[in-house]
Amino acid sequence: MLRDADAGTNVDGNSGAAAYVAGCDGEFVFGKGQGRVADGNGTDWGALLLRVRDGQDKVAFAALFRHFAPRVKGFLMKSGASAQLAEECAQDVMATLWQKAHLFDPARASVATWVFTIARNRRIDALRKARRPEPEDLPWGPEPEPDQAEVYEAQQETTRLGDAIARLPEKQRVLIERAFWGEMSHSEIASETGLPLGTIKSRIRLAMERLRQQMDEGEDRT
Amino acid sequence: MTIRHHISDQILLAYAGGQLSEAFSLVVATHISLCDECRARAGAFDALGGAMLDSAGTEPMPDDAVEDVLARITSLPQAPRAPSRAPMRTDPRVPAPLRDYIGGSLDGVRWRSLGTGARQAILPTGRDATARLLCIPAGQQMPDHGHNGLEMTLVLQGAFLDGAVRFGVGDVEIADQSTEHRPVAEAWGDCICLAATDSKLRFSGLIPRLAQPFFRI
Repeated sequence: MLRDADAGTNVDGNSGAAAYVAGCDGEFVFGKGQGRVADGNGTDWGALLLRVRDGQDKVAFAALFRHFAPRVKGFLMKSGASAQLAEECAQDVMATLWQKAHLFDPARASVATWVFTIARNRRIDALRKARRPEPEDLPWGPEPEPDQAEVYEAQQETTRLGDAIARLPEKQRVLIERAFWGEMSHSEIASETGLPLGTIKSRIRLAMERLRQQMDEGEDRT
Repeated sequence: MTIRHHISDQILLAYAGGQLSEAFSLVVATHISLCDECRARAGAFDALGGAMLDSAGTEPMPDDAVEDVLARITSLPQAPRAPSRAPMRTDPRVPAPLRDYIGGSLDGVRWRSLGTGARQAILPTGRDATARLLCIPAGQQMPDHGHNGLEMTLVLQGAFLDGAVRFGVGDVEIADQSTEHRPVAEAWGDCICLAATDSKLRFSGLIPRLAQPFFRI
């Protein structure tokens, strides 16, 4: 369904695209089909990234860049990078987003989550000169026709998790901030305290269901 | 494979935040490759990172930055669009992240004796923590040791018992300095583990202690 809607706007392509570059600060939603997701600013980043993925759409890329590059730069500076290094890395991160767009699976992660993982890995590389071994890829790539309810859930989760983090008790919120742009102490890493965040628990349940389902489908195919 | 012992929330959070040294990340990535539950949990912690990025605040980029990057990427080919299928495992005991470190198969590992029947192979990771493969002969104890820091041990083949608790393939034991433990390989076969430690192990017996400088334990 998402694809049909995209194909529809692609027909008159560039004029529509130009409209959302002008509005790339994001006060409008394009495409109002079912399964559309907009963040608090009203822009559907997932749909923009799919346009980059499926059509190498530079206008969509520019809109993503203007939203995410300043956030990646802010994130890297909070992690201790100089303004200049953060800026260079933010550009690298956005170039990676273009080059690896075919790996983006809108049913698995929001654009913010996907950009975060690229930025984190760039940071480890640039600041720590270290490697971060990654789990083995699942033997399936993004589905050609993802379930729209799953896409909706995944694309909305950034906003929902952001709200949940804001409501956390101070101590837990500080721990999460340290994990993502500070430094966790050894005793914090070794501690067994859980993070009782309801939103995370339901996110994990959904991801598990999806993995099981894809595993079953994989077995049916073979 | 039924995995009973998983990676803790705190360690998955640290992994998502890019806080772990390479040796520990290797154990986490290898476990996630075997464990759907931890894969799902790790995905949730990545999503937490997405929310943190979203709320991190912005720092202005130069006006011409978009054009610079567009010029750069359009001069490069996009990465191949074929779905990234994971290559077949040459050795079913060795998930992809570990394969990169040992070159394919456990059979090709160059083991060094620890003098107690156990053998080890140190893996080439960053030096702030050490990753090693350990091979403990059936029925034997791992050399007696405590820890100065964190230790994570993932079973790749066979099983070990620590007291009454059994750790089989895919299970991870997480220990810190408060743990004095003596894992024993099960009687049926050799147990091979991937272990990461963030400081030197303290062996309690005299001979292993003397041997420590030579074996980089």
